[in-house]
Amino acid sequence: MYDAPQLGNAMDQTTTKISARNVQVHYGDTHAIKDVNVDIDAKTVTAFIGPSGCGKSTFLRCINRMNDTIDICRVTGDILIDGEDIYDKRVDPVQLRAKVGMVFQKPNPFPKSIYDNVAYGPRIHGLAKNKSELDEIVEKSLRRGAIWDEVKDRLDAPGTGLSGGQQQRLCIARAVATEPEVLLMDEPCSALDPIATAQVEELIDELRSQFSVVIVTHSMQQAARVSQKTAFFHLGNLVEFGDTTQIFTNPQDERTQNYITGRIG
Amino acid sequence: MSAGLVILAVIAIAIVGFFVGRSRALNSAGGDIRQLHSLPGYYGQAVFLFSAVPALLVTAVWLILQPMMIENRISDMILPTDIAEGSSLELIMADVRRISSGLDTAVVAGALSEPEIETLNLDNTDVRGVLAGVGVAVASDIKPNVLDASVAYRAKTAAARGYMAVVSIAIALVGFAVALSLTKPDYRARNVSEAAIKSLLVLSSFVAILTTIGIIASLIFETSNFFRMYPAKDFFFNLTWNPQFTGGSDLGIIPLLWGTLYVSFVALVFAVPIGLFVAIYLSEYASSKVRSIVKPAVEVLAGIPTIVYGLFALITVGPLLRDYFAQPLGLGQSSSSVLTAGLVMGIMLIPFVSSLSDDVINAVPQSMRDGSYGLGATQSETVKQVILPAALPGIVGAIILAASRAIGETMIVVMGAGAAAKLSLNPLEAMTTITVKIVSQLTGDTEFASPETLVAFALGLSLFVITLGLNVLALYIVRKYREQYE
Repeated sequence: MYDAPQLGNAMDQTTTKISARNVQVHYGDTHAIKDVNVDIDAKTVTAFIGPSGCGKSTFLRCINRMNDTIDICRVTGDILIDGEDIYDKRVDPVQLRAKVGMVFQKPNPFPKSIYDNVAYGPRIHGLAKNKSELDEIVEKSLRRGAIWDEVKDRLDAPGTGLSGGQQQRLCIARAVATEPEVLLMDEPCSALDPIATAQVEELIDELRSQFSVVIVTHSMQQAARVSQKTAFFHLGNLVEFGDTTQIFTNPQDERTQNYITGRIG
Repeated sequence: MSAGLVILAVIAIAIVGFFVGRSRALNSAGGDIRQLHSLPGYYGQAVFLFSAVPALLVTAVWLILQPMMIENRISDMILPTDIAEGSSLELIMADVRRISSGLDTAVVAGALSEPEIETLNLDNTDVRGVLAGVGVAVASDIKPNVLDASVAYRAKTAAARGYMAVVSIAIALVGFAVALSLTKPDYRARNVSEAAIKSLLVLSSFVAILTTIGIIASLIFETSNFFRMYPAKDFFFNLTWNPQFTGGSDLGIIPLLWGTLYVSFVALVFAVPIGLFVAIYLSEYASSKVRSIVKPAVEVLAGIPTIVYGLFALITVGPLLRDYFAQPLGLGQSSSSVLTAGLVMGIMLIPFVSSLSDDVINAVPQSMRDGSYGLGATQSETVKQVILPAALPGIVGAIILAASRAIGETMIVVMGAGAAAKLSLNPLEAMTTITVKIVSQLTGDTEFASPETLVAFALGLSLFVITLGLNVLALYIVRKYREQYE
């Protein structure tokens, strides 16, 4: 019924990168995330699926504390990355976000040149000692973003002038330029056409070798194609979490079963 | 019949037309609205418009042309010998109008009767005395020709008014009849009302444009008069401003232009950073609660009349700067100074810069902020590197608008910077600006046709060109900015 992920469960020596314990999120009076516990493996693509408004994007934004920028949002519970509580007072959310990169739903390149878009993070965090190092980082990131060949001759052109799919790959390159350990992707393909989507999905599969990728998606096919682990969210609850093949072929929970067969959602 | 009555009559006909047209439309469809092309009210509106608009237009044109044509005829009755030394035909014609309306008043008051006016003669009546008796003062002795002209003017005006009434009401009735004959179920009445609304809107924008053109034309006209009396080269390049009422003035714009630019520069130096920081704080840092208090509070500054700012400059800021800066530093003794005016004007401009910049900063998409925060940037890094560059064209537009406001400001300068035209770099010295000198040249007691007075128009035109240039520049920049996110 669905394409099985090619590398499915071949990763034996996985280690837990992110673990969430009893995470609750409130937006004002709304209880958006209810008691979520999950362990996300390193160097794995984990997909969050679920109907609109189920809290999967909210939970994703907890992992790099992007919810801190929203006044009315309140997060309780523990989220550990490599065993360290990211909501600890000693953790600087700004520093955290350099380690946990994020790619957004709509491509959002800055109104700057392609080069400056990618160099933005490295410049802020002082990752390059000089111009030639910065050039190297930019080239490496653009190559990782699988867009180098398309833009290498026009690095001074504005990033906003690229096509939608190119813009999104540029944003991925921009995110990986700060050498994050985790890459969060919030529906990265929802504004893209099928060809651009295929390119980005291929890229996500390549990124797995270096980063832990967490992707929120509305498309179950996409989750099946790119991820090794899948978490199903429903009404703020984490209903089921397991290997992608198992979730799609043999779901344990009735709600998961109903969602993937199209009866709810 | 007076013009007001004619207009009222036309409108009355049109209102009747509205109801007649509406009921006729309903009748023609046998009471079934669905048979009509438009709602019945639109048929009424069409009759209203057909009756009122042409008639009112004709009345308006008539009212404009009538005095001109009558005066043209009457002015032949005035002989060159009637025009006294130092007087002119225009002044005599003003007397004629005054006397003729005075005669009207006298008739109403019962001091004169119509047959008496027809045989009015300076030998048997003291016209000046009669008019004075009904409260109309005539300056000089009335000459026979002038009196005859006045009587003729009065008669012709009355006749013309009568014709106007007949013609206007006739046009209204014709329009009424034509519109009524058009009222059939398939007549597209709502399109008529659509066209009427469109032409009203077009007309309104023409009024704005024509006014601008009129202002420019009058400025250019008077300025060319000025340049006929005073060489343009001296106006633009002479380094002194020293008007003499006895003639032989130095009327160089340079010291005034310098004062204007200097005061505006000081004002912007204060207003731009503070206004921009206020805008950044309000749009990026402040919680919505703080914002809802601070934003209106800052905008109160924009509502203070400039004369009040002027008072503040005169009695508070000026003496303060003099006592604590100018005198201790030995830089001047005057409480009026460029710094005083610039500082106070800067305070006035803060809300301009802040609220315009606030708008453009808020227009930067949230996704830009998310992108930057997502890469681990702090708020100030995000503001500096993403938001300000993205909002820069709009902010520059805001600054330029503030600058043109500063250049045109008068009251604060009069009260804060004084009225001495000087070319100096010392900001604690009194200086003055173009606007202040326009006021002082025009409010003096000098003859209007002298270069000392007409220079005000040349100054005004220069000011207009400067601010217009700045506004065009601002519009261009703001428009360019808008294209970026669309």
